[in-house]
Amino acid sequence: MRKYLILAALIACAAQAQNRSGLEFASDEIRRLQASDAENPGMLWVDQGAKLFAQKCASCHVSMKGVATRYPAVEDGRIVTLEAKIRHKEAFAYESDELLALTSYVAHQSRGMPMNTKISEKDVEKGKAAYYRRRGQMNLACAHCHEQNWGKHLGAETLSQGQPNGYPAYRLEWQKMGSLERRIRACMFGLHAELPPYGSDAMLELELFLVWRANGLPIETPAVRR
Amino acid sequence: MALARIDLPHAARRGELVEVRIVIQHPMETGFRRAPQGERVPRNAIHSLVCRYSGTEVFRATLSTGIAANPFLRFFLRATQSGDLDFWWLDDDEVQGAAQTHLVVSS
Repeated sequence: MRKYLILAALIACAAQAQNRSGLEFASDEIRRLQASDAENPGMLWVDQGAKLFAQKCASCHVSMKGVATRYPAVEDGRIVTLEAKIRHKEAFAYESDELLALTSYVAHQSRGMPMNTKISEKDVEKGKAAYYRRRGQMNLACAHCHEQNWGKHLGAETLSQGQPNGYPAYRLEWQKMGSLERRIRACMFGLHAELPPYGSDAMLELELFLVWRANGLPIETPAVRR
Repeated sequence: MALARIDLPHAARRGELVEVRIVIQHPMETGFRRAPQGERVPRNAIHSLVCRYSGTEVFRATLSTGIAANPFLRFFLRATQSGDLDFWWLDDDEVQGAAQTHLVVSS
């Protein structure tokens, strides 16, 4: 009996250390929705992105396979997200359908490939500090839910690890696609904390840390989340 | 720009039941939501959708605000001959949408 208990504890420890995609915390219905390209509503944005890409990007770029696995990256000391990279030519508004469509289309081409950012632990120091810092009226840090209590319930929700590998994702709550930045802001809203503006340093640092932490998880764009 | 994804089997045998699935990009505004400044977001939902198979109406749906954004519909039809499937829909803003696909039927 004791032997089994020790074994169970060991398995629990091993599982604790492992990165798990948000998909594993989703209901069966949501998993089915994500798995079927005919039913996944996020594919509408991927289609729209393909059209936009052909119009605006195809004169220079051909295949974007694998590109999304390398972003966000640090270029010349600055954090560059996939959104920022896409906006270098034409400054689409954050969360506009155009930007979401192009990001989804590019990220979709890397679906199933492991995230493979070349960020060092030093690059993510600031983001890491932000991740463990308490904030808002709720006085909670990201880590309180997504590191110490994932797998447990908050109301009817199962707390996930807060992994970014599915974004841009279709969230049922939003009834549309949304970026990782929007998702982070949604968490901040729940904490009654100040919402970091889109593309701000505070946002980018946190994003970089999340992506560094998720290295190795497969990209799922367009993922479906609750 | 109306965007839709239609899913059909690549080919069907004559007399076979074919599953047709369609997802349409549409906000399906209920008219009950309010924008950040407090003003009401006007209702805008797809209210009718028709599917014609080789010119004959085979499916019609009446939708309303209880249906989520980007509605997904699924129905079955009996394959009779190769032909076009034409979808057409209309929303509260009187904006029409259309999508087309082809069904190949072998005897």
